[in-house]
Amino acid sequence: MVGFAARVNPLVVVVAAALVSGIAGGLEPGAVIAAFGKAFNENRYVSLTWLVLPAIGALERAGLQERARELILKIHGASVSSILCIYLLVRQVTVALGLPVGGQASMVRPLIAPMTEAAAEARTDGLTEAQRDAVRAHAAAADNVGAFFGEDIFVAIGSILLIKGFLAQNGITADPLQLSLWAIPTAVAAFLIHAARIVLFARRLGRGG
Amino acid sequence: MIGIGPVYVLAGLMFGVMALMSIRDSRNPRRRRNAAFWGLYAVSFLLGDLLGDFGNGILVLAMVGVAAAGLGVGRPKTTTPDERKLLARKFGDTIFAPALAIPLVTVSAALVLRYIFIAGRPLVDPAQTTLIGLGLASVTAVVLCRAVLKQRVIAAVDEGRRLMDLLGWASVLPQMLSALGAVFAIAGVGTAIGQIAAQAIPGGSRIAAVIAYALGMALFTAVMGNAFAAFPVLTIGIGLPLIVMQFHGDPIAMSAIGMLSGFCGTLVTPMAANFNLVPAALLGLKNRYGVIAVQIPTAILLLMVNMVLMYVVVFR
Repeated sequence: MVGFAARVNPLVVVVAAALVSGIAGGLEPGAVIAAFGKAFNENRYVSLTWLVLPAIGALERAGLQERARELILKIHGASVSSILCIYLLVRQVTVALGLPVGGQASMVRPLIAPMTEAAAEARTDGLTEAQRDAVRAHAAAADNVGAFFGEDIFVAIGSILLIKGFLAQNGITADPLQLSLWAIPTAVAAFLIHAARIVLFARRLGRGG
Repeated sequence: MIGIGPVYVLAGLMFGVMALMSIRDSRNPRRRRNAAFWGLYAVSFLLGDLLGDFGNGILVLAMVGVAAAGLGVGRPKTTTPDERKLLARKFGDTIFAPALAIPLVTVSAALVLRYIFIAGRPLVDPAQTTLIGLGLASVTAVVLCRAVLKQRVIAAVDEGRRLMDLLGWASVLPQMLSALGAVFAIAGVGTAIGQIAAQAIPGGSRIAAVIAYALGMALFTAVMGNAFAAFPVLTIGIGLPLIVMQFHGDPIAMSAIGMLSGFCGTLVTPMAANFNLVPAALLGLKNRYGVIAVQIPTAILLLMVNMVLMYVVVFR
């Protein structure tokens, strides 16, 4: 965390943090490097997201973002707030059903961000660079908020199973269904709070401020 | 049984081709570094299991070294904005078919693959269906781009390289942070912080215990970048001894809402790079922390809702 504040390459910060905490925890430097290498190899699946990039790139080359913009301009009532709120809801509901729809590389960059931008441009006289970046950042945030506060409603998700396993180790029996039911109030609150913020953002954008 | 192996091979081949394309990209003055970086990525995916733990550690250090020296941005031949507008008219809505194939194939694979048995044994590893589905979806989408949009496969990989170069070192950060979490666990960083937190709470107050647990989950998740790492530490340190044992709260509601309080921390931390920093790079934002800036108010409000909710339902 401290390293991110300094202007050092974050990868260097991560390696330094591993070395410092490993050595402070009583490991030899060589053992820390081996432990880090082992964990890096076991976590390769995290980087599999990039497999979709050739398809996304080819689609961009063929005009996907441009088509997404045109489509949005044809739909009456399509606005920054309606696009982002609908996407937030769809992301939450599909994730709650255990369906991997969405994602930053496969949905936000090729479709949601350009659609929202087109809607914003249609309502204002062109966006400043800062406004354009804010619109894009909101598209990414809708994906994250939707995913985080929908997934715990799905009973077979990792975090629910982790809680169940942890409580079992401590002598408490937890039904995954009960755990996922207790995720619903927060999910509703997350939608209401974030949707309200999207609406306020869209209004500010419309006023040009 | 088909496991994750073939998907890793696919990723390794993709990065290998990108490395070769990088070295031939005369418009990138740092092409050698880019080629080395994507080449090391390819080695990790193709040969990672043969390198041994220390070998993998050296590979990581080499990747970090190249990244710290500074990567360039390749300039694959792509279409101009005007050409793209023309192509968009020409293809019309058929262009959405390959794009929608990605979630469609991933979802169908996740739902269907686990039920396919051959000679009584599952065809694919049931634990890996989503990732195998992602691999299938990526291949399907490229094939559809070739068939419907006449985009050559090699051009697709080159376009993929354009996006990978945009991400640069950020592309490997999520995996690095996951590995860091594992080292933290071995070194006992979590337990140490949990003990400090437990001593800092005033005893005898339900409200203080709830605030400490929910806030602790959010802060500790922000530090570790992952609520899964924070949950056991805070629940052993604060949740179970105070909220459950001392005040007889409901451990199930507490755990569920506690985990979601942790997710509020995920929204605000650069340590959760794949959610917060990678999209900023992918969308070409000027401010690396632009996505986090948008998420901070939602995270704070939602954490407060979680505290109230926990206080009300845990002691009901």
